Amino acid sequence: MSFEVAVSRMIGDTHITCSFTAKPGLTALYGPSGAGKTSILNMVSGLLKPDRGRIVVGGEVLFDSEAGTDVPVQLRRAGYVFQDARLFPHLRVRANLAYGLRQGGLMSLDDVVAFLGIGHLLDRWPRSLSGGEAQRVAIGRALLSDPRFLLMDEPLSSLDRARREEVMRTIERLRDELCLPVLYVSHERSEVERLAGTIIEI
Amino acid sequence: MSADEWEIIRLSLKVGAVAVMACLPIAFALAWALARGRFPGKLLLDALIHLPLVLPPVVTGWLLLLAFGPAGPAGAWLERALGITFMFRWTGAALAAAVMALPLMVRAMRLSIEAVDRRLEAAAMTLGASRWRVFRTITVPLALPGVIAGTVLGFARSLGEFGATITFVSNIPGETQTLPLAIYSALQIPGGESAVARLAIVSVVLSVAALVISEMLARRMGRGAHVL
Repeated sequence: MSFEVAVSRMIGDTHITCSFTAKPGLTALYGPSGAGKTSILNMVSGLLKPDRGRIVVGGEVLFDSEAGTDVPVQLRRAGYVFQDARLFPHLRVRANLAYGLRQGGLMSLDDVVAFLGIGHLLDRWPRSLSGGEAQRVAIGRALLSDPRFLLMDEPLSSLDRARREEVMRTIERLRDELCLPVLYVSHERSEVERLAGTIIEI
Repeated sequence: MSADEWEIIRLSLKVGAVAVMACLPIAFALAWALARGRFPGKLLLDALIHLPLVLPPVVTGWLLLLAFGPAGPAGAWLERALGITFMFRWTGAALAAAVMALPLMVRAMRLSIEAVDRRLEAAAMTLGASRWRVFRTITVPLALPGVIAGTVLGFARSLGEFGATITFVSNIPGETQTLPLAIYSALQIPGGESAVARLAIVSVVLSVAALVISEMLARRMGRGAHVL
């Protein structure tokens, strides 16, 4: 099993609970905005601590409230691709990509640059990138940190139709060629049906 | 300009630079605590830091005299421990300038720390960066334009310091007589108008230069900032 998640957490007045087990491949968390999908990604990444529950990814226990296990964010090795890319504005694309670089990882900088087709962007500042370019750089930055799994939070939502297709193809290749477990959040039915092997409705 | 006047300018720059450099780490730590910290007494600390901004400078000078004078607890300790004395010395002028500049520096730095997008810090943490690395490579560089602006503002304020300085360490040529104090003294002397005018022009030039330099630095640092 790639993801085993059973968590609950109060955020303000909203009670977020979620429980699922996912097969290897890409798993989509699908549901309306405001249902707490992003909160679940944040809990899996370690940015948000569940009140109770258990999170296991690829056989490794990342969080278990009963056993008192809580692996810190820095050590979870989640490749988190945020909805808004979150590139570091004071670093050029090359330095953004290298920020979390782990030597001996699955892919080298050159591999990732070739895989994503972003070689021409390396010396640019993030603010000069289009939405699709920024999102591909964000995916590259996550891959270079040698993640054990990927978390993607509506990576297509800020893009227009043409860019969407371009990033969607990238995600399909990630899924098929890298064999990383992916947890993918979206509220677009068509997107989820095309990409996901498992769909969890939230 | 006379040699004495050049000496006044040199002393003013020295006092301002030392005041601001000594203040910088303290101001940053305080700004950090106010921007990010959650602790009891935060409001009180905030008020205390801002006190020099609202108190009559003469009162601030008198309080400095009580604390850092030879009989004051802080003054006696510093003299014993580090051999630093303040009375009637340029170090005292620098201390007065630093205390007066502190609130302005803390304010500017606090605002810039608060403006740092914490979601970027979260992103860095998911990439494996420790808290210290996030601080060094994300938070500080993004807050830097504000830190520079605050420092220059503090420097300009130090150059203009008058009330607390004259109360604390008096008006001694060559030791504590900075630009504003020299202008004040020149005004008391019949026929001192031309000296007043020269020193006033110097004050204006220094202040404008400080502001221009800070603006240029902030632009260079913030080249990539304010996006996404």
